Amino acid sequence: MLQRIRKAQLLMDAACEIAGRPINIMEVCGTHTVSIFRNGIRGTLPKTIKLLSGPGCPVCVTHQGYIDTVLELADRDDCLIATYGDMIRVPGKYGSLETKKSAGNVKMVTSSEDALQLARDNPGKTVVFVAVGFETTAPATAVAVKQAAKEGIDNFCILSNHKLVVPAMQALLSDKNNRIDAFLCPGHVSVIIGYGAFRKIVEQYHKPCVVAGFEPMQIIEGLAEICRQIIEGKPEAKTIYTAVVTEQGNLTAQNIIAECFEPVDGYWRGLGIIPKSTLILKDKFSKFDALKRFGITEKPEEDTTGCRCGEVLCGLIDPPQCKLFGQTCEPQNPVGPCMVSSEGACAAWFKYNRRKKRS
Amino acid sequence: MCLAIPARIVKLEDDRAIVDAMGNQFHARTTFLPNVKLGDLVLVHAGFAISMIDENEARKTWQLIEEIDQFNDTQNKVSG
Repeated sequence: MLQRIRKAQLLMDAACEIAGRPINIMEVCGTHTVSIFRNGIRGTLPKTIKLLSGPGCPVCVTHQGYIDTVLELADRDDCLIATYGDMIRVPGKYGSLETKKSAGNVKMVTSSEDALQLARDNPGKTVVFVAVGFETTAPATAVAVKQAAKEGIDNFCILSNHKLVVPAMQALLSDKNNRIDAFLCPGHVSVIIGYGAFRKIVEQYHKPCVVAGFEPMQIIEGLAEICRQIIEGKPEAKTIYTAVVTEQGNLTAQNIIAECFEPVDGYWRGLGIIPKSTLILKDKFSKFDALKRFGITEKPEEDTTGCRCGEVLCGLIDPPQCKLFGQTCEPQNPVGPCMVSSEGACAAWFKYNRRKKRS
Repeated sequence: MCLAIPARIVKLEDDRAIVDAMGNQFHARTTFLPNVKLGDLVLVHAGFAISMIDENEARKTWQLIEEIDQFNDTQNKVSG
């Protein structure tokens, strides 16, 4: 293993020498972020390789307006909110789902299937499923919606904030202030979408896009593959996580997404509105759309805390550069979503790297 | 967050399975993998099997999950 690490380091050194400057690589997956910190991977890299944590945590990219809309629905007597555990502590303008939980109308679920079962078990309430996540969870939501339609479960609906990874990566690169040289692409999102989905980024922006798994050697060798591409001047979309990631991905899951959802322009925390980046239900399933069901619109974006999660998500600053970091914002008492989620960049920095301030 | 868990299918009826990961058994749907069979190892995410996986790779991920020591949390934290 030491030999493989040494070989990777040599490739990284060579790439930085050719570039004549440090190389910035963004990891677009919260699980990569945690694995990088947990395994001390930054310590094994040359100082000239800088890792940026990108918008790869669905909790972190969910905007405040969405959270406030969920909280509004949680206040209704006729609603039951079904949410993945990740979302429960994200602060909105007035509290979080955790603070509403005591009233009994917020339930944690581990799958969309559980949310649908809640609807079957509670015919007197409308179950609203907090449908967040990237292409890994979107097909699961779609299956629940199709099942609800098939069984005629009318007291089930979803508040969709499913996000697409590729449009966000394109948005980051189209910002002229971005400092991204390459992407370490998410492992399990790529199981669904296939590594071929990143080819359009390579063609448009000429940046390497390499999919890696989550164990330390996968991450180090993924970074080395990026450096090899930089040295050769030939950026590619590629996977080194060949055990589960194919070029095409899981076509059955992709088809189910396409059958139920369509991409629209959507708001991302920190990145603003990104074209065709958010999935909403197609017209034929519109009765399962919570916004339409209740005749409401999403709450406006309001954040006056001074939280800089948005800039963290864009790779523009590291978490310690936010003045709230470790002061008023800590995992026990988070201000921003990147501190709430165990896979948020701020929480990872706080847990593993608090003493090191980097510019 | 987007970490899927390798698990072995120990019961299968249509696309509804019971799977076993490191001794924990739970329900999973196999809707996206129409050709799976009893005994197969799959990657499970948010209650759905999203890919087949081989024994060696499954072992590596189980080890990683143990190291991250969030397996118990993971069962309640699976959006991604």
